[in-house]
Amino acid sequence: MPDLLVADLSRWQFALTAMYHFLFVPLTLGLSMMLVIMEGAYVMTGKEVWKKITKFWATLFGINFVLGVATGITMEFEFGTNWAYYSHYVGDIFGAPLAIEGLMAFFLEATMVGLMFFGWDKLSRPAHWMVTFLVALGSNLSALWILIANGWMQHPVGSAFNPETMRMEVNNFMEVLFNPVAQAKFVHTVSAGYVTAAAFVLAVSAWYLLRGRHVGLAKRSIMVASSFGILSAASVIVLGDESGYIDGENQKFKLAAMEAMWETEEAPASFTLVGWPDREARETHFAVEIPYVLGLIATRSLDKEVEGIEDLVDQARARIVNGIAAYDALQRIRENPDDAAAQEAFAATRTDLGHGLLLTRYVEDPRDATQAHIEAAADGLVPNVALTFWGFRFMVGIGFLFLAIFALGFYFMNIRRNIPKWYLRGAVLAAPLPWIAAEFGWIVAEVGRQPWIIDGVLPTHLGVSSLSAAQVITTMVGFTAIYGLLLFIEMKLMLRAIRLGPGGGAVVPLDGGGISDAIGIARPAAPHADPFDK
Amino acid sequence: MEIPLDFGTLKVIWWGLLGILLLGFALTDGYDLGVASLLPFVARRDEERRLVINSIGPMWEGHQVWFILGGGAIFAAWPLVYAVSFSGFYIAMFVVLAALILRPVGFKYRSKLEDRAWRSRWDWALFIGGFVPALIFGVAVGNAMLGVPFQLDPTMRMSYEGGLFTGFIALLRPFALVAGLLSVSMLVMHGAGWLVIKLEKGIVRDRAAALGAWAALASLVLFAAGGVLLYLNVDGYTITSEVDMQALPNPLRKEVEIVPAGWLANYGRFPWMLIAPALGLAGPLVAFFALRARSEMAMVGSAAGVSGVILSVGASMFPFILPSSLDPQSSLTVWDSSSSHFTLFFMLVMVTIFVPMILYYTAWVYKVLWGRVTTEEATGADGGHAY
Repeated sequence: MPDLLVADLSRWQFALTAMYHFLFVPLTLGLSMMLVIMEGAYVMTGKEVWKKITKFWATLFGINFVLGVATGITMEFEFGTNWAYYSHYVGDIFGAPLAIEGLMAFFLEATMVGLMFFGWDKLSRPAHWMVTFLVALGSNLSALWILIANGWMQHPVGSAFNPETMRMEVNNFMEVLFNPVAQAKFVHTVSAGYVTAAAFVLAVSAWYLLRGRHVGLAKRSIMVASSFGILSAASVIVLGDESGYIDGENQKFKLAAMEAMWETEEAPASFTLVGWPDREARETHFAVEIPYVLGLIATRSLDKEVEGIEDLVDQARARIVNGIAAYDALQRIRENPDDAAAQEAFAATRTDLGHGLLLTRYVEDPRDATQAHIEAAADGLVPNVALTFWGFRFMVGIGFLFLAIFALGFYFMNIRRNIPKWYLRGAVLAAPLPWIAAEFGWIVAEVGRQPWIIDGVLPTHLGVSSLSAAQVITTMVGFTAIYGLLLFIEMKLMLRAIRLGPGGGAVVPLDGGGISDAIGIARPAAPHADPFDK
Repeated sequence: MEIPLDFGTLKVIWWGLLGILLLGFALTDGYDLGVASLLPFVARRDEERRLVINSIGPMWEGHQVWFILGGGAIFAAWPLVYAVSFSGFYIAMFVVLAALILRPVGFKYRSKLEDRAWRSRWDWALFIGGFVPALIFGVAVGNAMLGVPFQLDPTMRMSYEGGLFTGFIALLRPFALVAGLLSVSMLVMHGAGWLVIKLEKGIVRDRAAALGAWAALASLVLFAAGGVLLYLNVDGYTITSEVDMQALPNPLRKEVEIVPAGWLANYGRFPWMLIAPALGLAGPLVAFFALRARSEMAMVGSAAGVSGVILSVGASMFPFILPSSLDPQSSLTVWDSSSSHFTLFFMLVMVTIFVPMILYYTAWVYKVLWGRVTTEEATGADGGHAY
């Protein structure tokens, strides 16, 4: 049995490194797409101002991009370093999307990104545009494969346990690739990235407008950001809803925790808007409820029930008992691979093997489990309800807020053609919120599925490497120090590049030479020539 | 679905692909690591440094993906190798990651501020990002040949000998250090070859060629020394039970013995394999003379040398991938540590589709960026986004 402390520390380290990685990923996903739109405008219209806009946002993209890459390296190897048993247990399935991500997506993105920055004078306009497009395509395909991998952890289809090799093995890759959980997650996640980028572009441009600087660039950028943002925010909400529906089918504990539904209600269930989930008392204090809504989201019907946590725990007990039988059969097969009775018993109970393994947290050998151990393992299936409940509400709240922000921006920019100051200030203040929403989204998805590392198949505490706590603490301190320093530097360079504005954020020579002219983007010589600047 | 290739064949193909991935990494990102290791020594003034950095600036990021793909592909095709090696080399792996994290940031951020101290710090960060991974990769390969102290229990849970840092210190055995230094010197030679191609005539190029020639000599000597150590001092491993190439992968179903000079046995059985060490010796020699003559042919020699060294490791160890010194039976070999038959086939199809595409567009990018990098370009007078 692995060390529980090491498992907890490894979870903290994974959360730390993954959440840090995801500070940079959303902007990469979204800003690369917006660069395609902006450069598209340049290629179509031939107006230099669009080239200037593209290059300016590309500079900010670059500062962000490198940290996404740098921290992504850690993620690719962290399964092996900290989750070695997990890697053995599911590598046959889980490794494939990671490898395909490298083959299909990351290679494309990383090979083209250098050309995107260095190739302005070496390529024709359409060719450069194609390169920018390939960077965006590569980063978005990256997200696809990572979410196929993650989706399989949430909903492990197309595979079965093989007693000979003591691991899960694939039996249908198409099911893994077209996993409905993965599809919904992919669109939801990249849309969240688009929202983040649109909010970022909006906020920086709003700040310029408030200062009366770079007005032409800022207004055009807001035009792109608000329209792109509306579509993205709508998509993030619709696909988030789809994810909720799929959770209702597959990850019932997660859905129940998101809603703090302690007991099964009569259909259609009401939606708890806010409240204070209390795990001990198994109720939600001060709950404000909206009738019918949850039933509609989770079951898309008025007559199907959404199961509450207590009922789910009751059902799990039976699966755990069944899991003990599977575990027992597996031991007998390992002693004698030709034991036909054991094979038959295993075939009948294998889908509950994971539930049997839950007991290893409480007792050395699941076959020795008492009723109390089974109770404890069943109760252990309830994730952190308060965190999941509130994380979900923050995420959804911010999602709707941004739909409104972009819609208003679109209205002011394109219809009223005059943006009030209060809106600009609000857009600047709202800039950090999409990141918060994205991190909460991951917290809901990952905390909400505990105690599983592979839903229903492998408990998290078994996935860990046989390391010492001191080793994991050492690397955690190391990552925190390096990441903290790099974040500080990144923010400093990003804010500096924004402050300097177009023509100032890129590389400057050390000895003399004006900043703005150094990178080949002259400041607009005749601003009045630009209709937006009037 | 009927799988058109049998399991044993697929295992051997994937062993070969593992080698190809390593070669892809060493031949492309290898010169980036070498150039970064040379940076503080061949370039002293800011324009010189930028010249060197921009000689690899636009391409290194694509090269690095060979490393990341290597991680993903080992995960998919050799899950036990992925699990045992990265958790077993835990602290060493962290040091490599930390160094590699500095690299992208160093390239992008270094020239963003007009501050000598800032730029000098990033130059050293880039140096660390080149030198440290080059060294540790070599030390890790050396340790793989010596055997790693791990064992598997019947549920395939792995455990290792060694504490927080003792495990790390234990990696620094003489043969492993020779391997580490060989890795650094051969990549420095390869990097110098690149600088000779990419830079215009001048002091930086001359310094790079001079240092590279020394590195070529060092590669030659260290590789030969490694061979001598394998003969005199390092034990090899061999499978003594009957091998079923088609068997479902389970490392615990075999018997393994430790044999003195065992890593040289394959050359007796398959003499054609001697071509690998021959390349490993001839390549640096060619590189040495070419670098002395400032000839662009140096990279041909260095590429041959780097390939020869890597192929020699594979040829010596086959069919072992990661032998265990603690419990030889737990050793991971080609026959017993792969993914399932179906996964190997599926991933082979993916590789067959995508690797030609990768080679094609990488070649296209090389073509677009072809030509020597000039000071004007590198210092951003009109380069747009130069580093």
